[in-house]
Amino acid sequence: MTVLNENTENKTSAGQPQWAPRRRKPVGTRAYKAFRVAALIAVVLFLVAPLFWMLLASLKTNVDIYDTGKSFFFAPTGENYANVLQRNNYFVFIFNSFWVAFVSTALSLVLGVPAAYAMSRFTMHRSALVVLMARVIPGVSLLVPWYYVFSNLKMVGGFEVLILSHMFVSLPLIVYIMMSYFDSLPLELEESAQVDGLTPIGAFRRITLPLSVAGMATAGILSFIFSWNNFMFALVLSGSKTKTLPVAIFDFVSYASIDWGGLMAAATVVTIPIMIIALFTQKYIVSGMTAGATKG
Amino acid sequence: MSVLTPPRSASRNAGRAPGARENFSAWANRHRKWLFAAPAMAFVGVLIIFPLAWTLYLSLTDSQGSVRAATEFIGLENYLTVLSDAERFWPAVGRTLAFTGVALVCEVVLGMGIALLLWRPFRGEKWVRVAILMPLVATPVAVGMMWRLIFDPNIGFVNQLLGMVGIPAQPWLSGQDTALGTTIFMDVWQWTPMVVLILLAGLTSLSEEPDEAARMDGANAFQRFFFITLPLMMPTVIVAILLRGIDALKTFDILYATKGKGGGSFHEVETLNVYAYGLSFDYNQYGLSSAVLILFFMIIIGSMWLLTMRKKAVSK
Repeated sequence: MTVLNENTENKTSAGQPQWAPRRRKPVGTRAYKAFRVAALIAVVLFLVAPLFWMLLASLKTNVDIYDTGKSFFFAPTGENYANVLQRNNYFVFIFNSFWVAFVSTALSLVLGVPAAYAMSRFTMHRSALVVLMARVIPGVSLLVPWYYVFSNLKMVGGFEVLILSHMFVSLPLIVYIMMSYFDSLPLELEESAQVDGLTPIGAFRRITLPLSVAGMATAGILSFIFSWNNFMFALVLSGSKTKTLPVAIFDFVSYASIDWGGLMAAATVVTIPIMIIALFTQKYIVSGMTAGATKG
Repeated sequence: MSVLTPPRSASRNAGRAPGARENFSAWANRHRKWLFAAPAMAFVGVLIIFPLAWTLYLSLTDSQGSVRAATEFIGLENYLTVLSDAERFWPAVGRTLAFTGVALVCEVVLGMGIALLLWRPFRGEKWVRVAILMPLVATPVAVGMMWRLIFDPNIGFVNQLLGMVGIPAQPWLSGQDTALGTTIFMDVWQWTPMVVLILLAGLTSLSEEPDEAARMDGANAFQRFFFITLPLMMPTVIVAILLRGIDALKTFDILYATKGKGGGSFHEVETLNVYAYGLSFDYNQYGLSSAVLILFFMIIIGSMWLLTMRKKAVSK
C-alpha cells in the first residue's frame, strides 16, 4: 500500500514529465484558478499563522505582549529563551523527552517489526486485533493499575516506566504501519531467496528487512513524534528527574500568574525540534499517516 | 513452493551430523510464526489485558483514597451511581459526543475541500504540503498554550482582529458557553491536516476513467464530485472518520492544558476522558472512575463497530 502511495505521489509532485503519455488537461476556468490560489493561500495562512504568532510572542517582553500596538513591530528579545533554557533547566527536559522517545521507539521496532511480519505473512488477523486494541483503549484506564504496580516496584519516577508506557503507544502504531508495508511487499522475493538456500528466517533477515528500511523509517519517525508529544502518561508516571517537555510546559502555568513570553518560548522549544524532523522526513510522515487508509 | 521450503537447513549441511545449532535453527524456522509474534503480544498482554481486567475488577469495588486500601466488593453499585449521575457523568457524555461529532464534521468537510484543492498538481505544492504537516506534528500541550494566548480575552490576537471589524470581544476559552466550541476549533486546526492526507491518498488512488467519462457526458464539476468522486471515496472517508474519531473521543491534552482540572471551574470542557482522569488522579475515586472508564470504553467500541459496519456496507 505504502509503496503504491509513494509512486503516485512522485508522479504528481514531479510535475508533468515530458514523457507522460497523456497528462490531464488544465482543469477549470480562469475564475476557478484564481479561486484555487486564494483558497490555498487562506489554508496555508490558517495553518501556519498561529504557530508564527507563538514564535513572535516568544520573542517579545511581557510588556510588549500586553501592548496591542506592538503586535508585529517590536524589539525582539532572546530573554525568554535564556530564562526557559537556563533558569528552568529545560535542557534536562529536552534530554528526557529525547531519551524516552528514542528508547521506546527503538524497543518497539525490535518487538514490533518481526511481529508485524508474522502477522502479515501468516494473516494472523485475530492476533493483530489484540495489538491494535491498544490504539483504542483510553489510556487512563491503564494508568491506575500501572501506577499501583509500578509504585510498588518503586519504579514510578524512573525512565523505565515512562519508556514502557510510551511503548504502549508506539508498538501498536509500528505494528499497524509495518503490517500494511509487509502486505505490499511481494512474496516472490522471499520465496526465490529460499530456493537459493536461505532459511525462512534468513530470508526475512537478508531480503525482507533490507527492503523494509523505508517502512521502518516511517514507523520509527511517527512513533518518535507521538512519544515526544505524549502528555498524559508522563503527567502521571514521570518524577522530577524524568519530567518530559510537555509536562514541563504544563507545570509552567500552574505557578502564579502566567509568564506569557516564557510560556511561548517553552512551547516553541518543544515544537521546533519535531517540526524540523517533520520538514526533512515529510514523505515518511505522510505515508505513515495514510498507511492502510486506502486498502478498501 | 511448500514442498521446497522445509529441508533447507538440512540440505545445506548434508553429510554433517546435525549439531545443536542446526537443531535450534530448524526449530526456530519451524516456529517462526509465534517466535516473531509472541514477544510483542506478550508485551501487549501484560501491559494492557491485565490492567484492563483490573480496571474491570476495580469498577465493582468501592476502592478509593489509595489503591492499597482495603476494598469491598459492591457489585454494580458504581455503575448505578454513575448512570444516575446527571450532574457530571451525563453532561460529560454529551460533551464528548458533541466535541467528537462537531469536530469530525468540520474536519471531514474542510479536509475534503482542501484535499480537492491539492488534488491536481500545481506550483508551490511542496510548500503547501509542509504547511499542512506543521499542525499535525506540533505537541498538543504546546498547541493548547499557544491558543490560550491567541484566544485570551484581553490580549489575544483573535479579539484584536475582531475589534478591527467592529465585533465586540468574546470570552472564548474563559466563557462558560464558548469554551467547548473554542477547544473544538483547536482540534479542527490541529487534525484537519490528517484528514486531508488520508483523503488525498484516497483521491490519488482513484482511477481517472469514471471522472473522465462523466466529463465527456457533460457533467459539471459539482455533479462529478457528488455523483462520481464522493461515492468512490466513501470507504476512505469512513476510514478517516474511524481513525480520527477514536482519537477525538479520547482527546485529553488540549482540554487539560487549556482548562486544567475538571475541565474548568464549571466543567465546561469536561469530557469523559477528562472526567475519568480527574476521578482517578485528582480525587482518587478508583472504583467510580473505573466504572466510568468501562462505560467510556464501551462507547468507543460501539461507535467503532457502527462505523466498520457502515464501511462494509459502502465497500460493497
